[in-house]
Amino acid sequence: MSKILVIAEHDGAVLNQSTAKCVACAAELDSADIDVVVFADSGADVAGAAAKLDSVGRVLTINRPDNKHALAALLAPQIVALAEGYSHVFGPSTTFGKDLMPRVAALLGVNQISDIMSVEGSHTFKRPTYAGSVIVTVEAPADQIVVATVRTASYRAVSSGNSAPIESPDVVVDLPGHTRFIELRSAESDRPDVQSAARVVAGGRGLGSTENFELIYKLADKLGAGIGATRAAVDAGYVPNEMQIGQTGRIIAPALYIGIGISGAIQHVTGIKDAGTIVAINKDEDAPIFEITDIGLVGDLFTIVPELMDALD
Amino acid sequence: MTFFIRNNPPCTARKGHGQCRPAGFARSLAIKVLGDLFVEKILVGLKRVVDYNVRVRVKNDGSGVETDGVKMSINPFDEIALEEALRIKERGDASEVIVISVGAPEAQQQLRTGLAMGADRAILIETSETIDALSCARALHEIVKRESPDLVVLGKQSIDDDNSQTGQMLAALWGRPQATFASEVTLEGGSARITREVDIGLELIDIELPAVVTADLRLNEPRYVKLPDIMKAKKKPLEQIPLAELGIEPGPAIKQSLYEPPTERKRGVMVDDVPGLVAALHDKGIL
Repeated sequence: MSKILVIAEHDGAVLNQSTAKCVACAAELDSADIDVVVFADSGADVAGAAAKLDSVGRVLTINRPDNKHALAALLAPQIVALAEGYSHVFGPSTTFGKDLMPRVAALLGVNQISDIMSVEGSHTFKRPTYAGSVIVTVEAPADQIVVATVRTASYRAVSSGNSAPIESPDVVVDLPGHTRFIELRSAESDRPDVQSAARVVAGGRGLGSTENFELIYKLADKLGAGIGATRAAVDAGYVPNEMQIGQTGRIIAPALYIGIGISGAIQHVTGIKDAGTIVAINKDEDAPIFEITDIGLVGDLFTIVPELMDALD
Repeated sequence: MTFFIRNNPPCTARKGHGQCRPAGFARSLAIKVLGDLFVEKILVGLKRVVDYNVRVRVKNDGSGVETDGVKMSINPFDEIALEEALRIKERGDASEVIVISVGAPEAQQQLRTGLAMGADRAILIETSETIDALSCARALHEIVKRESPDLVVLGKQSIDDDNSQTGQMLAALWGRPQATFASEVTLEGGSARITREVDIGLELIDIELPAVVTADLRLNEPRYVKLPDIMKAKKKPLEQIPLAELGIEPGPAIKQSLYEPPTERKRGVMVDDVPGLVAALHDKGIL
């Protein structure tokens, strides 16, 4: 039997969808017994949302002022204190989980598995390497606790029809004072978050400027889509970093992805491969993105996109 | 001794340089006593990986990735880490930059490149075995104990394994702060303010030194190596230490049993114009 502890990701008020995807991955383990732990300063709402997730047996809330912001150096020792008795500790492969889980693993004296994309057995998993060009089957030692991050794009969030009990165990650990949260700078947006959006419109270097990127925003708004970008577009300053999709950015799996002015470097493509339908608009008919698109259109984006918006009216 | 002024005075001479920082250089500007450095030593990890531009191929028997005759380079994120360390030293805020690699003897090439970029000396922890992230972090920790750096800068991930683990593990073993995915590093005496690229934007944290920082893409743009520097780098010290000498058993604690190419998406249809695109979206039930 597998007893799994899933570390919830949240912003203090709302449970991140990545948690429901981690639970989905955990539920693939044989006779999985799944607990979700919420670290917060007051995590009642988040814990309530976690308790609704299907397959969850129990929610643990650890409320203390130190947990107001998710700092790996502070969370890791608390997770270690909780980890006894669990066979697996899972977190999402988001910047939250990627920052935290290796620290947990090292404190537990074990290696960590990054980006689980499929469960092959209680200790055997598949994960992507080389920007998704190579899939490796990895096997963790059977006699050790498995610490892993889950590639959220590979899983569908579990539904919310559950009402698991919520407990508040005591976790008594001294926390270091050497790391302090200062602030979070986040672009205000009413648009759906690119990670969880059902539709995503993404722009690349082909847009040419911040002003031209407005085209992407307009089309996205017409479709109710989230917005993504390539590394080149972020590096050029057209859009903020949180929009970057790919090997070093966010890995997404929307039902519809429309890539505009994006050539399709492997580092970007690895972030969109799990999309339901991939559409690309690019002036270069030899652009590698057309090798993976479901619907491709060659032409000048500056005429095509306005035309497309008219057609959508 | 270090004093801090929180309100960014327009110009402040510091450390005998007698020059102004460019505007907006730091949110808090530090005035320091002559001869005082923000940090003494900076340790930078360099991993030898298959070059960024190589399209990797899985071996036919699924036992690994084809690396014969393939171009190898410094992991791009590690290059950014080194560039940051060198900039800190060059503006007079550190005295020494040490590059370190854990791996095969061939990694000397990457260390030499690091020396040519401007590092002062290099350490190679040699092993012919594939090394797991935890053993690598343990090896780095042993060197950290010997060298007592004030700052360790690593890449946020290597582009081969895509693990993103070593920096966090080293910080855990060392019991020190970690600032991963850094896009800006500002030293302030005994601490550093780090801007981190996170999924929802930019997060600013303060960490006490010594600490581990991992570099993200937009931290800086690494310099190109100049030919005279390559010649000079040959004379810089490169210490080789067998991994076993550090008392670390390299156990691939996680077995990597099968390597396969991903299931590729099939190439779909090409449409001629916008009406064709709209029709195709309708066909798929999307619109």
